[in-house]
Amino acid sequence: MQDRAHPGRSTLASLPGAEAAGRWTRFASPPRFYALAGAWLPWLWAIALASGAIGLYFGFFVAPTDAQQGESYRIIFIHVPAAWMSMLVYLVLAFWAAWGWILNARMASMYARALAPTGALFTLIALVTGSLWGRPTWGTWWVWDARITSEFILLLLYLGYIALTEAIDEPRRAANAGALLALVGAINIPIIYFSVQWWNTLHQGATISATAAPKMAATMFTALLLMTASFWAYTFAVVFARARAIVLEERR
Amino acid sequence: MNWPSLEAFLYMGGHGLYVWGSYVLTIGLLAAEAWFVLRRQRRAQQEGAR
Repeated sequence: MQDRAHPGRSTLASLPGAEAAGRWTRFASPPRFYALAGAWLPWLWAIALASGAIGLYFGFFVAPTDAQQGESYRIIFIHVPAAWMSMLVYLVLAFWAAWGWILNARMASMYARALAPTGALFTLIALVTGSLWGRPTWGTWWVWDARITSEFILLLLYLGYIALTEAIDEPRRAANAGALLALVGAINIPIIYFSVQWWNTLHQGATISATAAPKMAATMFTALLLMTASFWAYTFAVVFARARAIVLEERR
Repeated sequence: MNWPSLEAFLYMGGHGLYVWGSYVLTIGLLAAEAWFVLRRQRRAQQEGAR
């Protein structure tokens, strides 16, 4: 389709905002992503390490002892960010998987594949640290309540996605089958998030609400935010590094 | 500063096993994942250069 006023130029390119959109879509090409992510990686690793170190300092040396739980509450500084990342990474995975399926975009499917192992790892960390926190707090390692069971199902969804995409040799078919599973599994995310409101669970309610002031001390909240920033930067770094490896492997 | 001594810091009010167990496991798993990913990226770069 040609623009009559500018022969040789497509009409899509002449639409308002198309130039800015074009700049972004160029990064959807594997070579451009490879170069851009390579430039960002040292900064992301540095942010992850620095915010993690400062977060640990706040978590252990600045945040006070909890009046009810004593020192065991300090597990919150890794358990809650890991649980948040487990849900967020799955939603992003489902988005890229769907994008790759609908638009037949190779890079989107590569992003989804690069996200899955890290999401599974954060889910495992959330489950194990929750168990280690539950023992001194509730007196049990594990209960099949709605929050913990739905988080466990999330781990199975991640493992299922990884197994499915690895089991099919043809990349396009593997990506499409994985996208179907990821989209169906996305229904589990609101179930995890709202499970403590919908059902009577042993697990406590939300740690932080978007509509209310934090219920914890400011220093505790600061440590939690710093550790969350560290997990975010770590996730970007490790997923970009894995996606770069996938780009090179698929080029062969 | 919350801790009068190193022993108190490690003991964590009797919850040291749970607290340190959580942190060691988390940092160990994340470091292992980062190491494996960087190794995979390096290998892919080496094979691509051949």
